[in-house]
Amino acid sequence: MAAVEVKHLYKSYADVTAVNDLTFSVEPGEILGLIGPNGAGKSSAIKMILDFMKPDAGIVRIFGQPMHESFKDRIGYLPEERGLYKRLTAMELILYLASLKGMDRKTTEERANVLLDKVGMLENKHKKNKEMSKGMGQLIQFVVTVVHDPDLIILDEPFSGLDPIRTASVQEIISDLRQHGKTVILSTHQMNKVEELCDSVLMINKGKTVLYGDIPTSRANFRKHSVRLEAEGSWSDIPGVIEIRPHKGFVELMLEPDVTSKDILDNLRDQGVSINRFEVTTPSLNEIFLELAGTDYE
Amino acid sequence: MNKVFLLFRHEFIQAIKKTGYIILTLAIPVLALIIIGVVQLFTTLFEPAVDESTRVGYVDQVGNFNAYLDQGLIQLYPYQSEDSANAALVEGEIDEFFLIPSDFSSLVSIERYTMAREIETPMAKRYAISSFLIRNMLKDEVPPGIIETVLSPLDMSITRLDEDGSVADSQSNIGNIIIPGIYAFLLSMALMFGNNSLISGLGEEKESRLIEVLTSSVSVSQMLIGKVLALGTAGLLQVVLWLVSAPLILDLASSTFGGLLANIQIPPNFMVFGVIYFVLGYLLFAVLSVMIGGIVSTAADGHNLSMFYIMAGYIPLWTFGAFIAIPEHPIWVVLSIFPITAPTMTMLRMGVSNIPGWQLGASLGVMILSIAIGQFLSVKIFRIFMLMYGKRPRAREIFQALKSS
Repeated sequence: MAAVEVKHLYKSYADVTAVNDLTFSVEPGEILGLIGPNGAGKSSAIKMILDFMKPDAGIVRIFGQPMHESFKDRIGYLPEERGLYKRLTAMELILYLASLKGMDRKTTEERANVLLDKVGMLENKHKKNKEMSKGMGQLIQFVVTVVHDPDLIILDEPFSGLDPIRTASVQEIISDLRQHGKTVILSTHQMNKVEELCDSVLMINKGKTVLYGDIPTSRANFRKHSVRLEAEGSWSDIPGVIEIRPHKGFVELMLEPDVTSKDILDNLRDQGVSINRFEVTTPSLNEIFLELAGTDYE
Repeated sequence: MNKVFLLFRHEFIQAIKKTGYIILTLAIPVLALIIIGVVQLFTTLFEPAVDESTRVGYVDQVGNFNAYLDQGLIQLYPYQSEDSANAALVEGEIDEFFLIPSDFSSLVSIERYTMAREIETPMAKRYAISSFLIRNMLKDEVPPGIIETVLSPLDMSITRLDEDGSVADSQSNIGNIIIPGIYAFLLSMALMFGNNSLISGLGEEKESRLIEVLTSSVSVSQMLIGKVLALGTAGLLQVVLWLVSAPLILDLASSTFGGLLANIQIPPNFMVFGVIYFVLGYLLFAVLSVMIGGIVSTAADGHNLSMFYIMAGYIPLWTFGAFIAIPEHPIWVVLSIFPITAPTMTMLRMGVSNIPGWQLGASLGVMILSIAIGQFLSVKIFRIFMLMYGKRPRAREIFQALKSS
């Protein structure tokens, strides 16, 4: 049974179609990367999954059923723009919001201490939120999102504003969640984080799905008939290469249809070229988006 | 634990810890004490105490003012001339003197001379000198009883009759309006505080997107009920604290406004209707605040919009003077049925008249109906617009959204 199942979802605001026939599912223990430019419809999709707003058409199922109030205790949600009750301390905020998820004080404190320690915020737990930086506040909200051990976690831009060390800590916790069979929907602009963390990707643009599937297969499907070469010295013409495209630190060799990468590698070896890197060109998610949407995502 | 209770507890604690709440709660009794203190201070300054040693000389140029020299705390001493009276004043034999000119009967004016710094003649001295002059002028003209009548102030009381000519249960006097007037003022303050707190809270949570975190844990209805009940309880606590401090303040005030307080009557059923109108008034303002909180993006925007009904709620207090002058005018009936002004207007009217049953029924009925419709619409509006940021929807958009929902 999928943790989240969305079928033919539509949502319009006045003359703008925010979500247009969106269909996907996320299994338990899976991390889905939800990517797309600003205004693509990511937030609208998330808000319909959480039942904050009703779709014009389509079906959303959580844990195999339509969204129900009783499921809210099993969901953790980190919104894109974040704020805190300024007068409360970090621990008071965590205790209050966890209590609304049905958590008792003792368990919350125990779990919060572990999580705060992991993200390097334990010493700040009695600090008032108004005294915290944006990044610190973000980490507190991340802890609030996962402290009640939810089965479904929806994270909207969880890494924005975090330094590399804290980013790594949050990434580690997200990976741990997957290990424990939790379902994560990760909405982000950072394509590299999706490639590092996620099992599958849903790329949307102007409300429509432009790419959906597991990441290795999706990238493999977009492989070009070319190789990327980083080598020392020079080499003479290679049969079967139509065009050489220079990039920063490497070149991309565009191949004729009946030529394989092995043919090219053999030729280079025969010429005695010192090869540092040779790979079949597999596009990044950003390059795939560029190809699909006709605009640069980042 | 019930989520509504958890929300209620959090919101209540946060509300009563707010500096604005603490200041407003303390400000009302402190302000009353300051007013009493200032009145007593001015009374002391402008009406210095008259003790037994006050000796007042006078020069009688008419030749008829020689009796009634003992005027209670003031003793009068005749002098033959202005010079001799002046010398006696300088020597300290007397504290002051006045002249009764020969043409006194046509001028009815005297001149006082004193070494004290006085802006105005103290009331006690004015009364004693006046009494001395009137008694001497009338002593040979009318019987002593008539003189006493002339000197006594006219006491004019009002007895209100029912339509059948019998004495009404509730009598109108200025004392009757004091408690309803104070209650109406406190009610307006509490409603304004509750409204502002609710809009501020919702505005801040929308601005910070905490509203999304909250509604991912509880339903919109649970959240709004928790907030409304918490702020209503905070408002009620405020009013209770003000009422508890009232006996102390009234006790202190009795020495300043003694005569007035003696006339105070609390209208029948006032306490019962006071609680009913507080609860209904609070709920009505709460649903209006939730509607505003739902459609605005910031707390400041919400406060601006809410000014329309907050100000409308103050109409009974603004028109208080006109109400005292013409308490039976039909406009007050309209205002006691119009839901926003009904709580304060009805409570004020209870002080001066018997409100017919149908008017009370209409007032309560319209309020309850308004709250029910308001609550239905406010939850809908809040749910539709709580996730819209940056742009306030126009009335047409709100209507269309409600229609399509």
